[in-house]
Amino acid sequence: MADKLLEVKNLKTSFFTHVGEVQAVRGVDFDLKAGEALGIVGESGSGKSVTSLSLMQLLQYPGTIKEGSILFEGDEIVTKSVKEMRRIRGNDIAMIFQDPMTSLNPVYTIGDQIMEAILEHQDVTKHQAREKAIKMLELVGIPSPEKRIDNYPHEFSGGMRQRAMIAIALSCEPKLLIADEPTTALDVTIQAQILELMKELKEKINTAIILITHDLGVVADLCSRIIVMYGGLIMEEGTVEDIFYEPKHPYTMGLLKSVPKLNNDKRERLVPIDGTPPDLIKPPTGCPFYARCQYSMKICQEQQPPFFSAGKGHRSACWLMHEDAPKVEGYSKTFKREVSHGTTD
Amino acid sequence: MEQRTESPKEVLLEVKNLKKYFYSKSGFIKSNVQAIKAVDDVSFTIYKGETFGLVGESGCGKSTTGRTIIRLYDVTDGDVIFDGANLSQMTQSQIRPYRKRIQMIFQDPYASLNARMTVGDIIGESLDIHHLAKGKERQEIIWNLLERVGLSKEHANRYPHEFSGGQRQRIGIARSLAVNPDFIICDEPISALDVSIQAQVVNMLQDLQKEMGLTYLFIAHDLSMVKHISDRIGVMYLGKLVEVASSDELYDNPKHPYTQALLSAIPIPDPDVAKNSHRIVLEGDVPSPMNPPSGCRFRTRCRYAMDICSKVEPVLVEIEPGHFSACHLNKNSEGVSFQETVQND
Repeated sequence: MADKLLEVKNLKTSFFTHVGEVQAVRGVDFDLKAGEALGIVGESGSGKSVTSLSLMQLLQYPGTIKEGSILFEGDEIVTKSVKEMRRIRGNDIAMIFQDPMTSLNPVYTIGDQIMEAILEHQDVTKHQAREKAIKMLELVGIPSPEKRIDNYPHEFSGGMRQRAMIAIALSCEPKLLIADEPTTALDVTIQAQILELMKELKEKINTAIILITHDLGVVADLCSRIIVMYGGLIMEEGTVEDIFYEPKHPYTMGLLKSVPKLNNDKRERLVPIDGTPPDLIKPPTGCPFYARCQYSMKICQEQQPPFFSAGKGHRSACWLMHEDAPKVEGYSKTFKREVSHGTTD
Repeated sequence: MEQRTESPKEVLLEVKNLKKYFYSKSGFIKSNVQAIKAVDDVSFTIYKGETFGLVGESGCGKSTTGRTIIRLYDVTDGDVIFDGANLSQMTQSQIRPYRKRIQMIFQDPYASLNARMTVGDIIGESLDIHHLAKGKERQEIIWNLLERVGLSKEHANRYPHEFSGGQRQRIGIARSLAVNPDFIICDEPISALDVSIQAQVVNMLQDLQKEMGLTYLFIAHDLSMVKHISDRIGVMYLGKLVEVASSDELYDNPKHPYTQALLSAIPIPDPDVAKNSHRIVLEGDVPSPMNPPSGCRFRTRCRYAMDICSKVEPVLVEIEPGHFSACHLNKNSEGVSFQETVQND
């Protein structure tokens, strides 16, 4: 199969603020194959956005990558200079952000901003770049792109701005597209448009996608693999089917239970996760979910759980997966496969 | 489980032909006044003890409707009849006793609490304004309320910045309960919160409703949550109410093309369902409320738009008992479409 496009190993990112070191990402590893769509799910403060900013080296002061390595096509990114990063950013790895209003420059036309990316990375004339920009706008479904290319961002609606952002991101045919909450600021019907567009483009140009979101519904459709993050760590990783149908981590299970199901006619009461997320200035020594977990044991407070394998490509960081762990009600019944001891490769 | 009363329902709030126009002035020498019809001829009824959900995309007028009911905005035209009294034309001093009975919870828990007041004073402010309690009694009430919303009485002396988003929303809810209201307008109370915290707040709102016999107007754009909490739902589009039905009926049997599209646009947190369901993707954006389309306002994005849609504005018709829809396609229980009734009149 295809080689690993991206390999993240033991990534630790912190923000050194005046109140102390905020350990936003505390040792994350995952990898991504070319053309694959990976979803990173988590709540605010889980470290999902910081992970993606680290990949792009876009961390702002006082944030720094403390430890770990990020290999893109086998090449170390963490040690790259600013100049080298500029060649990668927008060209090999592109990113779309949550808020299309603040991520577009209001004083340049949409066309200028698409052409900027093309001219930076490709050996083309201005005229050719403009042609390409029109083609990109057409690709993302903006009507009459020849006219719209000279519009300013304020003349576009929210959905169209996000389309324009996607056009910029894809203009240099990146190998990896990172989408950080691309539809959170949009209305449902516009969100549906953008998701359809991303699905269509994924098939058309075969870019690998990392989709970062808090909305489980968004990843269910678009991604094939999901990482669930909490408190700066990966809690569980698996295929969409693993995560949605056979979750092995109490946090994943809690997330799934706390959203109402539409097709559920009987109004079951929602099962919330009690408490609040941990403070990452003083992160807990054990499992970050310990304080909110209904199954928490003594060991959970003392020692961070390693990953236990729950099948091929499915891993979960929970002590309940340990072979000596007590069988608890509610948790054990979701076991459908044999639990093997040890971590995934 | 939700208890639903089938017995004769008592009307608590009746909104009749409510209109709220905002005027925008443009032009420097010749001033040019344009009306933005944020809410245009909306009528609905809310029964005692129920939860009425109001959904729609941004700019559809759902929040304006809520704010106009409580007279945070003056009514342009129409009536708001609360428990037999018409609030729409009352002076500020006349309306004051009703403000005690109608309370509001706002969307943004960061902006809606005064940062310079302690939590105790925030909750106690309405007690002072309505001269309900003083001294020790006031303190007791505040402590009780804090405990009721899942905080503790020690929190009374702290300031809002010391709390998380979910806790602040609890404070906002405690404030609204302080005056023992009958009716609470919840304006997107959970949109700013994380998924796992949303369920906590929703469950609390449901418990309080049962305990205190409250009636809710629940305004939100998250359709799955609205379905979960509401007994009946109204769908708004560009200042108009396009469909009203009981929540199960609306989701199982949506009649208006806009409701159908809105429902199919919800991303479903279930990969199998998401992959097999077909999304109705609406083209384009919501038109400007300054210059809405003639006839049916939805016709520019409607899959079924006909000639009549641009000429005659459809009105809400009861097509099945308790199920209202404003569309030319709908037929009433005798099988006569609205188009035909217009011609017969």
